[in-house]
Amino acid sequence: MTRLVVVGNGMAGARLVSEVRARDKDVRVTVFGAETWQPYNRVLLSNVVAGSMLADQVRLLDPAWYADHDVTARPGVEVTAVDREAQVVITADGEREPYDVLVLATGSEAIVPPVPGAGRAIAFRTLDDCQAILAAAGTARRAVVVGGGLLGIEAARGLAGRGLPVTLLHLAGHLMERQLDPEAGVVLGETLAGLGVETRTGVVVEEILDGGVRLAGGETVEADLVVLSCGVRPVTGLAVEAGLKVARGIVVDDEMRTSDPAIYAIGECAEHAGTVYGLVAPAWEQASVVADLVTGADKGARYRGSRLVTRLKAKSVELAAMGETHVDESSDTSAEVVRFSHRARGTYRKLVIRDGRLVGAILLGETAAVGTLTQLFDRGGPLPGDRAGLLFPGLAGAPVADSPVRMPDAAKVCQCNNVTKGQIRACWESGARDVAAVAAATRATTGCGSCRDAVEGIVGWLCEQEGVSA
Amino acid sequence: MKPLESTIGRMPTSLPVLTPVKAPTATHCPYCALQCGMNVAAGSEESGAGETVTITPRQDVPANAGGLCQKGWTAGELLTGGQRLTTPLLHGEPAGWDEALDYVADRIRQVQAEHGSDGVAVFGGGGLTNEKAYQLGKFARTVLRTSQIDYNGRFCMSSAAAASNRAFGMDRGLPFPITDLAEADAVLLAGGNVAETMPPFLRHLTAMRERGGSLIVVDPRLTATARQADLHLQPTPGTDLALALGLLHLAITEGHLDEAYVAGRTTGFDAVRTSVASWWPERVERITGVPVAHMRQAVAILGGAGRAAILTGRGAEQHAKGTDTVTAFINLALALGLPGRPGSGYGCVTGQGNGQGGREHGQKADQLPGYRKIDDPAAREHVARVWGVDPRDLPGPGRSAYELLDALGTAGGPRALLLFGSNPVISAPRAGHVTGRLGSLDLLVVSDLVMSETAAMADVVFPTTQWAEEGGTMTNLEGRVLLRRRAVTPPPGVRSDLEILQGLAVRLRGLFSGEHASAGADPARAFSTEPREVFDELRRASAGGVADYAGITYERIAAETGVFWPCPAEDHPGTPRPFLDGFPTPDGRARFVPVEHRPPGEDVDEEYPLYLTTGRVLAHYQSGAQTRRIAALNAVVDETFVEVHPDLAERLEVSAGQLLRVVSRRGVAEGVARVNPAIRADTVFMPFHWAGANLLTNPELDPVSRMPEFKVCAVRLERVG
Repeated sequence: MTRLVVVGNGMAGARLVSEVRARDKDVRVTVFGAETWQPYNRVLLSNVVAGSMLADQVRLLDPAWYADHDVTARPGVEVTAVDREAQVVITADGEREPYDVLVLATGSEAIVPPVPGAGRAIAFRTLDDCQAILAAAGTARRAVVVGGGLLGIEAARGLAGRGLPVTLLHLAGHLMERQLDPEAGVVLGETLAGLGVETRTGVVVEEILDGGVRLAGGETVEADLVVLSCGVRPVTGLAVEAGLKVARGIVVDDEMRTSDPAIYAIGECAEHAGTVYGLVAPAWEQASVVADLVTGADKGARYRGSRLVTRLKAKSVELAAMGETHVDESSDTSAEVVRFSHRARGTYRKLVIRDGRLVGAILLGETAAVGTLTQLFDRGGPLPGDRAGLLFPGLAGAPVADSPVRMPDAAKVCQCNNVTKGQIRACWESGARDVAAVAAATRATTGCGSCRDAVEGIVGWLCEQEGVSA
Repeated sequence: MKPLESTIGRMPTSLPVLTPVKAPTATHCPYCALQCGMNVAAGSEESGAGETVTITPRQDVPANAGGLCQKGWTAGELLTGGQRLTTPLLHGEPAGWDEALDYVADRIRQVQAEHGSDGVAVFGGGGLTNEKAYQLGKFARTVLRTSQIDYNGRFCMSSAAAASNRAFGMDRGLPFPITDLAEADAVLLAGGNVAETMPPFLRHLTAMRERGGSLIVVDPRLTATARQADLHLQPTPGTDLALALGLLHLAITEGHLDEAYVAGRTTGFDAVRTSVASWWPERVERITGVPVAHMRQAVAILGGAGRAAILTGRGAEQHAKGTDTVTAFINLALALGLPGRPGSGYGCVTGQGNGQGGREHGQKADQLPGYRKIDDPAAREHVARVWGVDPRDLPGPGRSAYELLDALGTAGGPRALLLFGSNPVISAPRAGHVTGRLGSLDLLVVSDLVMSETAAMADVVFPTTQWAEEGGTMTNLEGRVLLRRRAVTPPPGVRSDLEILQGLAVRLRGLFSGEHASAGADPARAFSTEPREVFDELRRASAGGVADYAGITYERIAAETGVFWPCPAEDHPGTPRPFLDGFPTPDGRARFVPVEHRPPGEDVDEEYPLYLTTGRVLAHYQSGAQTRRIAALNAVVDETFVEVHPDLAERLEVSAGQLLRVVSRRGVAEGVARVNPAIRADTVFMPFHWAGANLLTNPELDPVSRMPEFKVCAVRLERVG
């Protein structure tokens, strides 16, 4: 019987374990997790900071799940070495666990900038971090979040939602500079300002003080809670020491296999085709591929890379960014860029199109287009010729208000009983002067009843015309 | 008991143009599950070609309160049109009743001698009266002694039924009177287009909106119903389950969880909370295409409502994951604390005329009357006693509808089929294949009023009576048992299904043959042709079951304009709202069941890049066997069509009116293009009233309900010529 050992019980590792169990009841599964928490959903941590979910409500699996599914879970037990010769993993306590298949899902860790006083700040990465942030937020009067990427913005928004004034400090020239162009960054900053988050871009943090943050140039931003969200780096130490091939992440092929065929790597610690993914969707796709391969459910399963959609999860800030969003329009003539900007409303929409397909987009501010555009991007589907309709759904299909005057006689007024305006007019001409009389003669309005106003309008208009001509 | 009154007001109705020779008879429409009340007045004592029948809506039936759609208004043509079957047909030639019945009985004996009892199968319908559905199940189990019986309701209600049973311990479509909807503050309707399928239903929703309530419609198309909605969610076909999970996730995170209700009236919430935590709205948006902001709006409307209802229709249910989709919507309703609270709840919008009663009394493969399970020894004991047979002689569960049709004529499958009130050549999924299976039978017997496409294939056709020519009961979408009354005399030569079953029972005898210990009963008496006698037996058979009709009588139905089951005794008032005091589960609590989204059985790919979804149009009903024979309805639409978004039309260079070929892995169909921005650009729609749509559909089955995946499959479009 295959012995599967999984190192890492986060988004990727926990998903893998449940996907394996869904396919195969017999594989022996042991999963190690460095954190003592039950596996939890990192995506929802900003909800915990914002207060819409409690810490025990973001778990991925119920505690009873492991026993019910015959999986050995070792939360809080750190794996410190892999003996590839012997095919065993070794824990900090010296315990040895043999494997036939090993999956590394060690994830990534928060980058803490090397500035004096960094220890006074709280990184925003784990559920423990969230607990610490919440504890501090209870008494804090002002907060600073360092790092204006996706997570930093979500944390800032969450803290502001608790009524805490927040300053968001960002090194780059605009927020989320990897996903957004400068204008979008500015519009996002303005939206956040309306929600109680002050944004400072292009600033360098030099020291974390007891009561704030000192910037390059000497200015101090006051705060009694400092949260760091300065990016992450893959956790690869175990793989490096085991002699696996590691670049930025642990290098894997389309089967998610490392340079040792008995060892796979998935999630944020893995590097596939030169890319280390930092989002959950690719990690779950990878987990599914490995589950297919390990259990033999689908031996042809392969991971071919993911299209990236970044969706900010922050109340009252609607932002989606996907694919290629930085285009130099002056030099890149093969790209078609469609853009609409309305800063006063917090709206910015940009589509990047190549060969009639959507290859990138920024959608800031609420729009019904986001679902359709995400799906067109995901599937690489051909776009309609009318680009305006893409940005403003409903523009083309908006029904024209049918006034009784403009409506042609052939227009159907009552769908349920197939009655046209002409028939209602004829009915009126033979004496019907109200809806009841028209209904009795034509059956109009007697079905779903939704044409009642229209029939009333037509009868009223005909009566008015009569008055005019009389 | 005082009849429940309408909340939608009385409609102006037209007066009969003719002076009928008889007083009008108060009965109900022949079509959908709304069972609109109507008065039928015949121009003479006998109906038939050339006669006139006048129909006016009844004001006293709360479901329609004076409203009717065009199908209802024109239903009289069914009685007077010239396309009626009036004589049995044996291999296409007119035959006498005895000759035809003898032939069928002989052939059944031969087939069973060669292939065993299960060599003969029975297929029923959700349009049959309770009496016929009950009698059909009894006939199959006691006379044919076959386990092979199922019905077209499997294609209709089965997913919602399975989900309701597992959550509430009972499947009564709407567990509240329809008039409660007008009093709600919010209604979410997932996958239902009532404005076209049962137009007077919309009046209840309009009444709600006029009082300030909000309507949310979930549909991949901007349907006539969705146009009336305050909020329309337009998901990718096959993703309603993900949407429901996302809505529940938001309901929890936005603080709309009714914790006291969840703690006091339900079980299993923790597992559901954990599972939906993984369905955060941004993830759901990517799968469904429904913007997060719209999901938030929907949840705010539902969560902020004092009274709210969540309803599902076939759009959500006719999937290989339909049961789980309905479960996800029920979980949402439970989290919001709706089911079992006055004026609130979850309900399914039943489709066929007797779709509710038809699924309660034993024409389903796994079921005995009273919504009993055929593998439950106590149920077998009870029903066998009513039938006067030995429970050990009753067969066990048989194949579900599609599996049954798929097995016809195969090794180990039935070799003969008796079919009542259904037209699977048009209505079954992968219909080309099903037609082939029907063609491979040794014997196909069809009972119908007209020469349907399936009847046209039959060895023997029995001409049968229809709605206004017969009595009986129908149970509408509310679980209200109604009286169908005879308004006109059937044409000469036509017999009722009850008479046909008796005719076969006396010839075949089965368990009433005298060889059996329990025998002695006279098959002619065991198979009465009087609906009232059959109903009285049904009452006894259902007594003590989930769907308990014991206390319902024809007199009570007439006096009370319908009686809600369960009604265990004649002095019991009936049960309009069965969950108020508790749920009929062992512990009295409703059950949360964790479910997970998964993709449709067949997703789009390069070869088949579009989704096909199917549905109804206003002017037609089901396989169209009735409505396609009515001139006024054909004048509205008389051919199938393919609804295409303008963007897709532009890309494929298709214009309105052009003939299109729609190709799936299972077949090819043609239809005229209708270009309409109301549909998603990645989806095409075809109505299923004509041969075509179901040649394409996917027969992959739901693992619990055995519902085929009618509502989504992958196709490509080609221009013809």
